[in-house]
Amino acid sequence: MAEAMREAATQATTAAIEAGVPLLELHAVRKSYGPREALRGISVAVARGEFVALLGPNGAGKSTLFQLLTGLFNADGGRIAVCGHDIRDDPVGALAGIGVVFQQATLDLDLSVEANLKFHARLHGLGKRHARERIDDALARVGLAGRASDPVRELSGGNRRKVELARALVHEPAVLLMDEATVGLDPASRRQLLDEVLRLRDRGVAVLWATHLVDEAEAADRVVVLHLGRVLADGPPDALVRAAGTATLAEAFLQMTGGAGIA
Amino acid sequence: MKTSHALLALQAIAGREIAKFVRQGGRFASALVRPLLWLVVFAAGFQNVFGVSIIPPYDTYIPYQVYIVPGLLGMVLLFNGMQSSLAMVYDREMGMMRLLLTAPLPRWYLLFAKLLAGTLLSVLQAYVFLVIAALFGVDLPWSGWLYALPVLVLSGMMLGALGLLLSVQVRQLENFAGTMNFVIFPMFFLSPALYPLWKLEESGAAAIHVVAQWNPFTHAVEAIRFALYGQFAGTSVAIVGGCLALFFMLAARGYDPQRGMLKKSGKAA
Repeated sequence: MAEAMREAATQATTAAIEAGVPLLELHAVRKSYGPREALRGISVAVARGEFVALLGPNGAGKSTLFQLLTGLFNADGGRIAVCGHDIRDDPVGALAGIGVVFQQATLDLDLSVEANLKFHARLHGLGKRHARERIDDALARVGLAGRASDPVRELSGGNRRKVELARALVHEPAVLLMDEATVGLDPASRRQLLDEVLRLRDRGVAVLWATHLVDEAEAADRVVVLHLGRVLADGPPDALVRAAGTATLAEAFLQMTGGAGIA
Repeated sequence: MKTSHALLALQAIAGREIAKFVRQGGRFASALVRPLLWLVVFAAGFQNVFGVSIIPPYDTYIPYQVYIVPGLLGMVLLFNGMQSSLAMVYDREMGMMRLLLTAPLPRWYLLFAKLLAGTLLSVLQAYVFLVIAALFGVDLPWSGWLYALPVLVLSGMMLGALGLLLSVQVRQLENFAGTMNFVIFPMFFLSPALYPLWKLEESGAAAIHVVAQWNPFTHAVEAIRFALYGQFAGTSVAIVGGCLALFFMLAARGYDPQRGMLKKSGKAA
């Protein structure tokens, strides 16, 4: 029964991909905390092999959006679907398709790199041999193949982030969520992480990358500008610049948000 | 939910709890020193102050040390249950909780796995305490060690579920000490852990006696006490089981993304 449902879910995912349906779809999503409206009707779609940057100053609603996307809370209104699975009706199906790198570090510092990834693999139901392959694969991808048995505590900030990216890839998600993942990293590590995610995009992963840094958004296929819980603009970086009539994306962003974010 | 997936996740969660416990050697030591102080120091001093008359399940006069062992087993379970919920609050502050909650499994199951893992540690500690109590010459029937197991598991789960429920309410680590004062100590003292409840009645503290009877910990201690002598305290076991179901349901509701109490705060988890 459960097996059959899983099978059906996988087929639904495949069908969604073939039909060109966005892997991640938000439609008119609203969320309030008491009287404060954090999200006022957000619609965003990310297709297979697309890198969308969610650009917004602090307090724009990016964190709230990620809380909804990772199933921590449900939206007050609107719809969120991952690979066709509505996150409210089928949170398990939706979560299975998502890999997340959180803004806050969530590694167990006392455990080895491999042990951290193994913990995650088990939570996603990967058996021993399968997990082993995927973990080796994911670590090789981020260039940490030789560090599997190192305690996380001994890694630099940049490498810790790479481990978190590897962890998010272990269950081969269709959608990758990066929640201000470069915060606190030096420019070189930031670049490496961005390049790695761009390579994943080229392999067909749908990426939603939240940031308040314009230079990161410039690398995206599409930029969604979020400000005070609303989408102000959605399009390729150069189209946004043209529409705003400015010279750079940074200026366009400042103009749209009224200088709220110092980018 | 596939069974193999559920078991792998349980293995991951329990493995992490055990590894953390092993790393924190001090936690194990303090978990044992606390009841041992009561057993060796307090019980020795009060040996003759508290004359314990013959009450079920005992069929003869017993030394005070023997009387307080079930209560101290309860104490081990109570402290570990609260410690697990402290870990939940810590995990939430550190973001580990968010990671756990993104696992593609029903949320109640993830909480249940946490509860089982914590209970496993509780029961292990309870048995280590029993061994040490035996070494100090506390005489309990050996068969009781076996009979007590299911009751220890049930009580450990009930107190762990209470901890889970508290972790929904307690937002910050700093508030945890307060919780300790308002939960652990009243529960422990308003129970037959240290003296039989009829003593309260006898000394005219009728109100306290009533409160003690409503205390789930009272029933955990009594269930353990009877089980150690191969007897089944049906009412107490039923109350402990009922409280487990109630506490767990409320905790699961608290972590539910639809109705959760967590959602009242924008910054939770």
